[in-house]
Amino acid sequence: MRDPARHESETVERFLDSTLDSVDHAEELAVAVAQRAGFDEEELLKIGMAVRESMVNAVVHGNRYNANKRVRFSVVKNSERFTIRIADEGDGFDYEQLPDPLAQENLLRGSGRGIFLIRSFMDELEVRRLEPGGMEFIMVKYMGPK
Amino acid sequence: MSVKLNTRQVGDVSVVDVAGRITLGEGSSALRDALRDMVTKNQKKILLNLGDVSYIDSSGIGELVSGFTTVTNSGGQLKLLNLTKRVKDLLQITKLYTVFDVHEDEAGAIRSFA
Repeated sequence: MRDPARHESETVERFLDSTLDSVDHAEELAVAVAQRAGFDEEELLKIGMAVRESMVNAVVHGNRYNANKRVRFSVVKNSERFTIRIADEGDGFDYEQLPDPLAQENLLRGSGRGIFLIRSFMDELEVRRLEPGGMEFIMVKYMGPK
Repeated sequence: MSVKLNTRQVGDVSVVDVAGRITLGEGSSALRDALRDMVTKNQKKILLNLGDVSYIDSSGIGELVSGFTTVTNSGGQLKLLNLTKRVKDLLQITKLYTVFDVHEDEAGAIRSFA
């Protein structure tokens, strides 16, 4: 029998400061909702890491720790999808132009693996520019059995 | 807990026992500072024992790579010991597992520096 929790919906939304504490907070919130949704330990770890990497991107590269800028964070769970949205207020970047961290010439770079890890850990990743500014990461895990 | 680094000398090899989280902020900068300090002190053989690392993010992986490059460029060697499944998986999906010399046995790792 399927876990009944998997059929309930849940939404969590926060506007977070541009700090590393917010990274930890968002990870904890997302993992707590994912736990209630019935994901196993392995999936919880992947969801937590994807949120961490996305939040770091928003706080560090997007908002650049600017105390006047916020990160909009939400988790929406329904019977089919577990969706996390993380949006910053930064200048944005060209997602299509990001270097491939697995290319031989990039392997020894000290950075540039975060978004690759998010793609590896989640079932879907959409990255889009916001108006008037900022980037939004939309990350999805499917709720049904694999 | 963030990260704890304890360094011990085994012959001419500096073994760094790393425990906790290597993530952006305190964790990754502590590792960076420790490795730079050893390079400055001309320690050429460095073994990072990651057996008690509970969590690592892309920033932590970046620090491992940067540390490897820094030590190698100074004529030294940096090797890894006791990877947890989590760290090993991350190094494999980022194609870094074969970049590092990885060991599961400390005595063997120490001998490999000779």
